[in-house]
Amino acid sequence: MEERCSNQPILQTKELTKYFKTSRGLLHAVDHVNLSISANKTLGVVGESGCGKSTLGRTILKLIEPTSGEILYHGVNIESCSASKMRDMRRKMQIIFQDPYASLDPRKSVKDLIADPLKVYGVSKAEREDIVFEIMKTVGIAERFAQSYPHELDGGRRQRIGIARALVLNPEFIVCDEPVSALDVSIQAQILNLLMDLQESHGLTYLFITHDLSVVRHISDEIVVMYLGVVVERAPSKELFANPLHPYTKELIRAIPIPDLKPEHKLIHSIRGEVSDPIEPPARCRFAPRCNYCTDACMGCQPALRDMGNDHYVACALYDK
Amino acid sequence: MDSNLLEIKDLCVQYKTHNGTVYAVNGVNLTLQKGETLGLVGETGAGKTTTALSILRLLPDRIGEIKSGSILLDGEEITKISEAEMRNIRGNKVSMIFQDPMTSLNPILPVGQQIGEAVLLHTDLNKEEREKRVDEMLTAVGLQPSRKNEYPHQFSGGMKQRIVIAIALACNPELLLADEPTTALDVTIQSQVLQMMNDLKKRFNTGMILITHDLGVVAQTCDKVAIMYAGHIVENGTVQDIYESAQHHPYTVGLFHSIPEMNKDSNRLAPIPGLMPDPMIRQEGCSFSDRCPKCSERCRREKPGNYTVSNSHTISCFLYEQGDADKEEI
Repeated sequence: MEERCSNQPILQTKELTKYFKTSRGLLHAVDHVNLSISANKTLGVVGESGCGKSTLGRTILKLIEPTSGEILYHGVNIESCSASKMRDMRRKMQIIFQDPYASLDPRKSVKDLIADPLKVYGVSKAEREDIVFEIMKTVGIAERFAQSYPHELDGGRRQRIGIARALVLNPEFIVCDEPVSALDVSIQAQILNLLMDLQESHGLTYLFITHDLSVVRHISDEIVVMYLGVVVERAPSKELFANPLHPYTKELIRAIPIPDLKPEHKLIHSIRGEVSDPIEPPARCRFAPRCNYCTDACMGCQPALRDMGNDHYVACALYDK
Repeated sequence: MDSNLLEIKDLCVQYKTHNGTVYAVNGVNLTLQKGETLGLVGETGAGKTTTALSILRLLPDRIGEIKSGSILLDGEEITKISEAEMRNIRGNKVSMIFQDPMTSLNPILPVGQQIGEAVLLHTDLNKEEREKRVDEMLTAVGLQPSRKNEYPHQFSGGMKQRIVIAIALACNPELLLADEPTTALDVTIQSQVLQMMNDLKKRFNTGMILITHDLGVVAQTCDKVAIMYAGHIVENGTVQDIYESAQHHPYTVGLFHSIPEMNKDSNRLAPIPGLMPDPMIRQEGCSFSDRCPKCSERCRREKPGNYTVSNSHTISCFLYEQGDADKEEI
């Protein structure tokens, strides 16, 4: 699967930033994020609730207007695109939402739900029918469910509809926003396999957002770790788990409960404190209040990502030598 | 041998809905000793929460009903006692931690008052002593006693769950039912809360039933494990039996294979095909037969019993019927 395609990134963000106005001040949801995804690859974004990973996914698709920064799709700044150009782009950029219970219109049948995006893009009715049944087969929903409504289906099937809706316009790039977190493990595994199969057969590129490290490790080629709106570490998947550098990444990996009884996986230690306030964060490393290695050097400003070799980048003053 | 703190025998629970009867729990047997932690593992709809609610007799009124079986708490049959007697047990001898800390606290009462309420109901401590108890509990769960006059919305999710735990432990219960206590929390907060629960459980010698779908959490916290599927306990044993023995129910094997492993590089997961059977339909044979890779004709006709594979380990599958199961490679 490796090195099959060119290294030209399909999507890039440059200093992408999104602040929300609140009554208490600016909430720094996404703060100067730089990332790039090559075609046919999966970039995993991990972090805990409130770290800005979903906002990042939505801002990349311009479902939320960025405060500043650039989003380049095939090298084109989508900010500068005309409305009609943007419409064409949208076909190529889709999203799968987290909650298959909330993201489907309860009053539409499965067939209509999947046909919706086609309708928007003016595909004729006869054609729509064919495409819908084709895509239902691809994502593994039996034809007999075509007239069913979402409430008649279980979570796994609903998520398959969500995937079918994202897939029906033949996109190149899909933001998967926690697509398996609402599902049971046995169903979760089915959906993960489906997403990986589709990536191979349709040549898809994923931005995979999740809080679950074992899932992200399983599916990603490269991983970005976010904390309070900033990227603290970025590395190829294997490298990140074999050699985590940022103190936060280390803690995060250590906190995952491993299903075996080896003494090294005993619950012995946990990170202290909680994520601090994202509103007007002080100028220092965002992780400093919870970090065991915090020094005066961490108090000046948020450290920038540093190249550590092997495509491994980390934003921590410990490595600023 | 110790007497059992909790003994559930052949428990059957049904829900009556206007669409028909839901067979939620179909003959569950469980035992728990003082100070022991049992992990009750299964997927959505397996009947885990129903089992816990039956122990507290909190099944929805007129809809959920214990059809048969017995629940002995410290030797006392609690399916037969009056509601008044039951109220004396709830929050006192047995208490429960619910999954979602965001909805299980009263938003318009200060948290200290919510902790004190249980103490007020079940002890005859005076006001001062109760306040002292509230402070102790807050300290025990790692919160500042000075925050007792604050309201739930002023706390984060992890802190709210700590408060819920403080309420549950305020009367020093013998049995704690924890229903997915950390599922709504982030991993780093989850590990803090689990660690705290482990410490408190040891300190107060509380028996605990931990309901979860996370086999990693079970490995870190439990002594015994019961794997539940479609209202049945399909496998029951110590953590060693479940995690290290070679003999398992096919469903247990499927569950383990569905988890993306942190230490292995595998390209594809091996999920269990299909879905859990409809709980409104009473199945004739083994409830897992439809999804089981080792299903035989007999599995579709007959229900398997609980077969003992070692002292502590039972599996409800015909594969292990004669104890010749050693040959079975999984």
